[in-house]
Amino acid sequence: MDQSSQIVQYILSGLSNGAIYALIGFGFAIIYNATGIINFAQGEFLIVGAMTAVSLARVVPLPVAIALAVLITALLGGLVELIFIRRVREASVLRLIVITIGISIVMREAMLHIWDEKVRALPFFTGTDVSTISILGAHISPQALWVLGVCAVIVTGLTLFYRYTLMGRAMRACADDRMAARLCGINARWMVTLSFMLSAGIGAMAGCVISPLTQTQYDMGAPLAIKGFTVAILGGLGNSFAAVAAGLLLGLLEAFTVSQFASAYKEAVSIVVLLLILVFRPSGLFTRSDIGNLRAH
Amino acid sequence: MPLRRYAPVMCAAAMVVLIQVALSTTGNPYYMTQITMSAFYAMVVVGLCLLMGYAGQASLGHAGFFAIGGYVSAVLCTVNLLPYRDAAVLSALRSLGLLHIWKDIYGAEILSFVPWAAFVAVLILAAVIALLIGLPVIRLKGHYMAMATLGFGLIVYRIVIGTPLFGQADGISNVPPFPVGFGLQINGRAAFRVENYYIAWAVLLGMMVLSIHLVHSRIGRALRSIHENEEAAHSLGIDTYRYKLATFVLSAVFAAIGGAMMTHYNGSIGPSEATVMKSVRYVVIVAVGGMANLWGAMLMGVVLNFLSLRGVFGTFDDAVFAIILIVIMLYAPDGLLRMPPIHKWKTLLTRRSRE
Repeated sequence: MDQSSQIVQYILSGLSNGAIYALIGFGFAIIYNATGIINFAQGEFLIVGAMTAVSLARVVPLPVAIALAVLITALLGGLVELIFIRRVREASVLRLIVITIGISIVMREAMLHIWDEKVRALPFFTGTDVSTISILGAHISPQALWVLGVCAVIVTGLTLFYRYTLMGRAMRACADDRMAARLCGINARWMVTLSFMLSAGIGAMAGCVISPLTQTQYDMGAPLAIKGFTVAILGGLGNSFAAVAAGLLLGLLEAFTVSQFASAYKEAVSIVVLLLILVFRPSGLFTRSDIGNLRAH
Repeated sequence: MPLRRYAPVMCAAAMVVLIQVALSTTGNPYYMTQITMSAFYAMVVVGLCLLMGYAGQASLGHAGFFAIGGYVSAVLCTVNLLPYRDAAVLSALRSLGLLHIWKDIYGAEILSFVPWAAFVAVLILAAVIALLIGLPVIRLKGHYMAMATLGFGLIVYRIVIGTPLFGQADGISNVPPFPVGFGLQINGRAAFRVENYYIAWAVLLGMMVLSIHLVHSRIGRALRSIHENEEAAHSLGIDTYRYKLATFVLSAVFAAIGGAMMTHYNGSIGPSEATVMKSVRYVVIVAVGGMANLWGAMLMGVVLNFLSLRGVFGTFDDAVFAIILIVIMLYAPDGLLRMPPIHKWKTLLTRRSRE
C-alpha cells in the first residue's frame, strides 16, 4: 500500500469513529438543551444498547434485535428521568452531576452482573469481518460505511424532527424558554422525559452500529462519553452540524495520532483536545464566542 | 482558637486510642491494618471535602493525585540508579544524603532515593501538577470542571497503564518502608501495626486541624461566601479564583500524601488506585458525610473504606457506593449526619419539583 492510499485509510477509519463520537455528542446536547444537565451516563446508553442487541440477536433477526434494543434503551432513558432526574430538577449543578455519575456506575455494574466482563460483538451488518471494500486504494470494512450512513440518517432525521414536527418544535420551545413554552400549553415535564428517551435511543443505535468494529464490553462507556462530550463542546452544545463536523475532526485527529504514536495515547488525544477547548474556546469551535457562558466569570 | 473547636479533635483522638485498646485486648488487631488503610484514603476525602463543600468545586480526578503520590514515591524509592552511580549529578545527590544503597528482599543492592527525599518530591510534584491543571480548570463551571478533572484522572490512568517505568498493569512492588523519624517507620508488617495505626491517625487528625483552621480563617470565610453566592463574593473584592485554586492545590497535596503513605505501608501500588471509580468513590464519601462537613467526611471516609476493605459489599462494591450516592443525593443532600427529621420524610418522599 502506498503513501496516499494509507492516508485515505486513516481518513476513512477516522471518519467512521468520528461519526460515532458525533452521535454521542448529540446525545449530550439533546439532554443539555432540555435540562441544562450534562448526563454522565451517556456512554452507558451505548453499551446497554449494544449488549441488549447482542443478546436479542440470538433469538430474532438482526434488524429486529437492533430496533428492539434501541426501543428498550430509550425506555430505560425515560425511566432514568422519571425516577431520578424529575425529583431534583432544581437542585444545584454539583448534585445533578453526582446523581448522573451514580446512575452511570449503577448501569455499568448492572451490566457487569447481567453480561459479565466478556467482550461481545454484533455480527457485521453486511459481509463478514474480513470482507472489505476498496476506495481509492484503501480497504475498509463495509461496516464503516454503515456507521457513516446511520450517522447521516440520524443527523438528517433529527434536524427534520426538530424543525418540522410539532413535538420537535415543542422540545425546542422548552429548551428556549421553559415558562413561555408551558404558557403555550406544552407539557414541559414530558418534553424532558422525551429528550432522555431520544438521547438514550440515539446512543443505543450508535452502540449497535459500532459494535461489530470495536466490540463491546461493559466498561467501555466512560471513555466514549469523554469523547462524545468533547465533540459536544467542540460543536458548541446544540449546533447539530457543528457537532458532526467536530466529531469527524476528532476522529481524524485520533486516527492520525495512532498512525504516529503508540495507541496508548489515543485516549489522551481527545482529553487534551477537551482541556484545550474548555480553556480557550468554551463556546465551541464553530460558534461565536459571545455564548461563552460556561466560564465562571 | 476557641476550645470548642479543639474539643472534637480531642474526642477523635480519644476514640482512636479507645479503638486501638479495644482491638488489641479483644484479639482482633488485624482490623487495625484496614483502619490504617482507611485513614490513608480518608486523607483524600478531607482534602476533597474542602474543595467540594467549601469551594464548591467537584473534582472527579482526585484518585489521579493519590496515584501521583503513590507512584512517584514508589518509583523514586525503587528505581535502581546503581549503573549510573558515577554520574556527577548522582554523586552530588548522594553527598546531600538524598540517595542511599539498600538491599531488597532478594539481597540485591539498590541505589535509590531515600524515602524522605521521595516524599518531598511527591509534595512538590503534586502541588505543581495541581497548579498547572487547576489554573485553567478552576475557571470552569460545575459540569465542565467535573468533566475536565475526569479527563485528568483518565490521563493519569492511561499513563500508569501504558508506561513501563510505572510497571504498567502490574504496578510497582517492593517499595521499602518509610522511616519518618523518632524511631518510627511506615511499614505494613504485623510488628508495626499499632505504630502505623497511630502514625496514620496523627497525620489524618493533623490534616483535620489544618482544615478546620482554614475553614474558620479569612480564607475559609471567603470560600464559603463563594459557595453561597459567587457573584456577590466577587463584587466584594474577594479573589474567588485564587482561593479556589489554592484549595484545589491543597486538596491535591493531601491526596498525594495519602497515596505516598499508603504505598510505603502496602509496599506496593497498582493501577487500580488511579481508576475513575476510585475518584468517584471519594466524591461519594464527601457527599455522604455532608458536603461542607469535615468531620462527617472524615468519619465516612474511614467507615466506608473500612467496610469496603473488609469485603462487606462483595462483588457489588462499586454498585453499593453508587447506590448510596444516588440515594443520599436524592433524599439527604446535606449528608447522612444532617438528615431531615423523621416527620419530614413523608413530604420528602412524595415531593416533586415545583416548576
